[in-house]
Amino acid sequence: MSPVAETPLPASLAEIAEDFRSASNDLKLQLLLEFSDELPGLPERYAGKLDQMERVDECQSPLFLTVEVDEAGSLDERVVHLFFDAPAEAPTTRGFAGILHEGLDGLTAAEVLAVPDDAPMRFGLAEAVSPLRLRGMVAMLGRIKRQVRARTAA
Amino acid sequence: MSAEDTKISAYAHPERLVTTEWLAEQIAAGRVGGPDGIVLLESDEDVLLYATGHIPGALKIDWHVDLNDPVSRDYVDGARFAEVMGSRGISRDTTVVIYGDKSNWWAAYALWVFSLFGHEDVRLLDGGRAKWIAEGRELTRELPSPTPADYPVAERDDAPIRAFKDDVLAHLGKPLVDVRSPGEYSGELLHMPDYPQEGAMRGGHIPGAKSVPWARAANEDGSFRSREELEAIYLEEQGLTPSDDVVAYCRIGERSSHTWFVLTHLLGFEAVRNYDGSWTEWGNAVRVPIER
Repeated sequence: MSPVAETPLPASLAEIAEDFRSASNDLKLQLLLEFSDELPGLPERYAGKLDQMERVDECQSPLFLTVEVDEAGSLDERVVHLFFDAPAEAPTTRGFAGILHEGLDGLTAAEVLAVPDDAPMRFGLAEAVSPLRLRGMVAMLGRIKRQVRARTAA
Repeated sequence: MSAEDTKISAYAHPERLVTTEWLAEQIAAGRVGGPDGIVLLESDEDVLLYATGHIPGALKIDWHVDLNDPVSRDYVDGARFAEVMGSRGISRDTTVVIYGDKSNWWAAYALWVFSLFGHEDVRLLDGGRAKWIAEGRELTRELPSPTPADYPVAERDDAPIRAFKDDVLAHLGKPLVDVRSPGEYSGELLHMPDYPQEGAMRGGHIPGAKSVPWARAANEDGSFRSREELEAIYLEEQGLTPSDDVVAYCRIGERSSHTWFVLTHLLGFEAVRNYDGSWTEWGNAVRVPIER
């Protein structure tokens, strides 16, 4: 059907996308809540240091994120680590962060940079949470890729 | 009478507001949910917030998924509204209490949509979700299973409380209240601070509109200011009178629902309309007048 082949998602993210796509709207929200609940907290070294993280303004509630990339090696070897902080009162934003954490943390820089920018649109979430709300996840992905690019620039 | 009850009894329509104390008593007495009971609804900006924990017995209503038409930029029709009501166990004569996040913006928005369909007894929980939590009251993740009710297909009657762009053009010269932040009113910002995703092509305000940010009507804890304080803002400072024909607007009509509620139900204005097209329509429309 699709005239243009889609850039594939990395396997970890593709699996999450498939779980969402095959779920009813109610179940999608339930899944998103699980991602929100399971979003890892910040490690000690970032505690109280939100000013060292990047603020994502496009989310309806404040979200902070930062990226670490292992030193040494090529883009295919250097592993990406993601850190997020969002308040408990913003579970949708936390859920989006949780999806990206689960799907991208531990991938190589080359794999993260290859994630298509429209990846957030492939979860079938627009109907369940409204397209407006999804823009926050698009913005998060954009910032993550930009930080990976900046940290791996020669 | 508690201080809160005294505050509420001074409003023009005190029956539109309930206290957290009153609600807790109703829940304890088993009057929330169940046949002939009060139906409690949570209406939030965040679509998942309800699921993280809500007031016991509360059902969720989502402004986007339940109250907006999925295709056209409009509210649902009478048939869909009847489904949304019936599935939550609401009949035409049910007492509905709504609360939510963000100082009840989305709760006020839902209440306003209920009013388009002429649902008679619909009230807000003063202070909303934040005040309930701040008072250390119970939250649960348990989902109630309401017994479906029959809700009639009521025709939506927009004219008395909803203004469209043409109505606003015809209204120019009469009182308009812009409830957005000062930066949006002056045109420096094309969106609400922290919400850049819902922009407009042009910044500024509708000619003649007075800037009265919605939050001036709310206390720190999210509850409404007293009638005296509200009169000082809207009557004395802004020179409005309850018999005025007023249009309120913001960005998509949610913050102005809060102000619509204040003017209509707390101060007793008789002709207030909410322009839900608001700045996302006006600031994108071709050749409408704009003031900066």
